[in-house]
Amino acid sequence: MQDMCPRDIVGDYTEHRLRYFDGSQRTVLVSETETPYPEGRLIVSRTDLDGVLTHVNQSFVDMAGYTKQELIGTPHSILRHPDMPRAAFADLWQTVTAGKPWQGYVKNLRKDGGYYWVLATVIPNVRQGRVVSYTSVRRKPSRGKVEEHTALYRKLRMEEDQ
Amino acid sequence: MTLQFAISPDFPPEHIAGWYIFNTWLQRTLDCAIHLQLYDNFNTLRKAIESDRLDLVYANPFDASLLIREKHFMSLARADNLQDEAIILTADQHPARHIEDLCPDTIIAATDVPDIEMMGMIMIEPADLNRDNTQLVTCDNYVMVAKQLLNGEADIGFFLAEAFDSLSDLVKKQLRPLVRSQIQVIHHSLMAGPVLHDRHTALMTLLSTMDTSEKGRGVLDALKISRWIPIDQEDSEFMIDLMDTLMID
Repeated sequence: MQDMCPRDIVGDYTEHRLRYFDGSQRTVLVSETETPYPEGRLIVSRTDLDGVLTHVNQSFVDMAGYTKQELIGTPHSILRHPDMPRAAFADLWQTVTAGKPWQGYVKNLRKDGGYYWVLATVIPNVRQGRVVSYTSVRRKPSRGKVEEHTALYRKLRMEEDQ
Repeated sequence: MTLQFAISPDFPPEHIAGWYIFNTWLQRTLDCAIHLQLYDNFNTLRKAIESDRLDLVYANPFDASLLIREKHFMSLARADNLQDEAIILTADQHPARHIEDLCPDTIIAATDVPDIEMMGMIMIEPADLNRDNTQLVTCDNYVMVAKQLLNGEADIGFFLAEAFDSLSDLVKKQLRPLVRSQIQVIHHSLMAGPVLHDRHTALMTLLSTMDTSEKGRGVLDALKISRWIPIDQEDSEFMIDLMDTLMID
């Protein structure tokens, strides 16, 4: 994945270097601007078994800030925010590759450097007894849960950095 | 052999005649006897599906998984202009202006339509509300849901958006929408059971070309449907996957 581009960022930002599970790295640019979750909507995507996006709905496009063309064929981790602990995604992959659904609160990174919180549910898609892809649906989280997970993830990241 | 055809119990009552007209058209077109069975509630319909008594179903999305993944039904088509979207309402005098204003012990009035109840429960999550800290009052129809709100017996009501839109202006004026879903991919589907698998392609073609003949358009008008859109199996599987994710608490 390409590094984020300063000209796409709205407002002040900080720079972070993210390391992904496949060993690749990417520079992300992060602002403190939160985009509110759109009322009544679901953010829906589907990935292949490697986490590469194969389907996104319009709400996904609107919230991510990328075009549909930029998203399809790109790893879902393009939305990974540096405030998310690695343990959360490790748990997600461990759960879904075991054929089970995963649910959790996720802070996502937008193309413009801002962020949005979601309650995400990921399920394996089984066809003829075989997992062929993953569907992810995000909905609006409560502010209480967002605050709770902001603190929890900060603690987990500090432990990971030690 | 007479085929058994069932309609999801949440169809608008004013469409009953339309479904009988559609059934007559279907019998003539397929040249076979079809019995149209109407069910009072989702439980009795589910029992009929589980005991393999049905061959054709116009199904609520909630029943799609059972029909396709367990009973080997195949999707045929969905109505072009109808989607299942939910709306949450309060009485106009109720103090809540946003979902986040709702408190634990909120009383919810709803019908037994399962996908609307599921969407409604999802839309109250931002207030940290769920089945455990709310009280659900099940009503026979949407008019009764509106009455519960207007009488102050319930705080919020879950409506099919289309049902709310069809309420009288007088009633609508006394109700206030808090949130309306915009999911766009959840819909009822016409599905054919295993006995019709050899006629599946022919049936899809017949349905998708109904709007090209005067007779077909007349039948669609009676159903208040502009046309049938064919659904392939993967579209149905996608909707079922989506429903599965939404059913996880």
